[in-house]
Amino acid sequence: MPYVPPSFKPCVPAAVSSGDVEQTTILVIGAGPIGLATALDLGLRGHKVLVLDRDTQLSDGSRAICYAKRPLEIMDRLGFGEAMVEKGVSWNVGRVFFKDDPDPVYSFDLLPLKDQKFPGMINIQQYYNEEFNIAELEKLDNVEIRWGNEVSSLENSKDGVLVTVGTEMGPYKLKADWLVACDGAHSPTRKMLGMDFEGQTFKDNFLIADVKFKAERPLERHFWFDPPFNPGQSVLLHKQPDDVWRIDFQVGWDIDREEIVKPENVTPRIKAMLGDDVEFEYEWISIYTFNCRQVKQMVKDRVIFAGDSAHLVSPFGARGANTGFQDADNLAWKLDLVLRGQADDALIASYDEERSLAAEINILNSTRSTDFITPKSHVSTVFRDAVLELAKDQPCIRSFVNSGRLSMPVPYPYSSLNTPDGEEWNGGVEPGTNSIDAPVTVGDKSAWFINQIGWEFKLVTFVGEGGLADDERAALKKLVEGTAPFSVLLVGPTEDADFDVLGDPTGLLAERLAAEAATTYLFRPDQYVAARWGALDTSKVAAAMRKALAGE
Amino acid sequence: MGSLTVCENLENYDDVYQVIIDMHRGMTDEESEKANAKLILLLANHIGDLEVIREAAAIVRSNTPSTKAE
Repeated sequence: MPYVPPSFKPCVPAAVSSGDVEQTTILVIGAGPIGLATALDLGLRGHKVLVLDRDTQLSDGSRAICYAKRPLEIMDRLGFGEAMVEKGVSWNVGRVFFKDDPDPVYSFDLLPLKDQKFPGMINIQQYYNEEFNIAELEKLDNVEIRWGNEVSSLENSKDGVLVTVGTEMGPYKLKADWLVACDGAHSPTRKMLGMDFEGQTFKDNFLIADVKFKAERPLERHFWFDPPFNPGQSVLLHKQPDDVWRIDFQVGWDIDREEIVKPENVTPRIKAMLGDDVEFEYEWISIYTFNCRQVKQMVKDRVIFAGDSAHLVSPFGARGANTGFQDADNLAWKLDLVLRGQADDALIASYDEERSLAAEINILNSTRSTDFITPKSHVSTVFRDAVLELAKDQPCIRSFVNSGRLSMPVPYPYSSLNTPDGEEWNGGVEPGTNSIDAPVTVGDKSAWFINQIGWEFKLVTFVGEGGLADDERAALKKLVEGTAPFSVLLVGPTEDADFDVLGDPTGLLAERLAAEAATTYLFRPDQYVAARWGALDTSKVAAAMRKALAGE
Repeated sequence: MGSLTVCENLENYDDVYQVIIDMHRGMTDEESEKANAKLILLLANHIGDLEVIREAAAIVRSNTPSTKAE
């Protein structure tokens, strides 16, 4: 195996010998992608964050390799989205094959709407994601990662947590205002709190072979149902950087898990698929089964679950890490405002409300994909094969083909933080939905809309040729002074003395937001729409702000 | 009348697929076969147009290679 993950020195803090009880504001358990992103988001907002990880190294294999557009936008807000895209392999097209037919039954484009900063999906090894995130964290003095530190006991209360942490030189105690558990599928935190993790285990095994070979193949995701080189089962092939290809073979339930991962047993499968003369070396081989499970509550007193500790999905659709990033994105601004005293704990409860819904929908989608890919009964197989046979000739049947519904952000149309539309809209982005992107200009420079919103509440209002009216200007100024994390962005042709202005020379932003002069959107710090209006009325904006802060 | 709809016509294909698969839960293969036939008959009555059903049947016939001798 050529890849050796970077390792870190185990940390033994002074509290081990002094016996002092340490204090931190936020304690993150687990330095995987979601723990690191949570720490970076809260660290960039100025909070004192401590990350503990019981291991002393990064991900030991490529693991989560698909990162969707929305998580890339989140990473971009945090400072490493562009690094991901630069290193990663961008792809939008996927093709589905059936049996020995060399022509696909179905192809799809993940990003039918172009002119957005990020592609539909990139592939990149998980350890790159972790490395890029850590590089950003190292710029911050207020965030510390302690490797080789394992939480052995936990007291959770309404005011904070007290944990005992084991190190190689002995234990120490630590108090934190909030604990964010990003400690993975087998979350020790979840077990220490005795929380249920309900759902189902699927009786199947998948063999991952990440192999390195130099070959000219299109940068597309290819999925086979029942191909001659894996009869009766599925195979997935897609590319990672550094000439690494991920091949994922469905291998069934009754197998010898130790034998099947031996290179001498994997090689014949790869040769059957790619030809006897293909030359390759292994980067990573792994066997997995999967679960679809979720915790009942993602928040319990001062402990918050994010990522795999809170929900597990099948890998079809790349909804694992991608969902975890969206947990972190949803949580960080809420925790920030609560810690600053600008919102109360009800805002944290909305994290549970919104992200539990997202987990449920992700589980539903990945369960359906699993049922299609690995039918559980004869009749399910008959339907699956009927869809695949018919789909090639009948385009209307193609939408039944389910080789994984790839990770898309889950909207929260009924979130308690939304202000529902008060008028008829013809398109645009509905309350509870993440923003669409579009090209814009800032001064005379080209930019992307997605980079102009986020971090704080943004009121985006479209103005006509004449700019803001005097009474609107006065009302907006008052609103900005009176409301804490909030600023105004005008979209229009004119400069403005008081507020930042975006240009929309292509008209795409107005088109995608279904905007005319005076159309106004209130975006949350996570770039979701909280409310929108056909005209600017600052008293309505103020009320929507209170609602979006769970204030009423 | 006639003219079978062959453009996309469902809001959520996955919901529909799940309804069908769920209908079969716990059935033997023989029971499932009969259930499929009943489902087709009910939907045919709902469609209420012989020509549409004839067109669909013709598509399925030519899309399903048969190995059985005539």
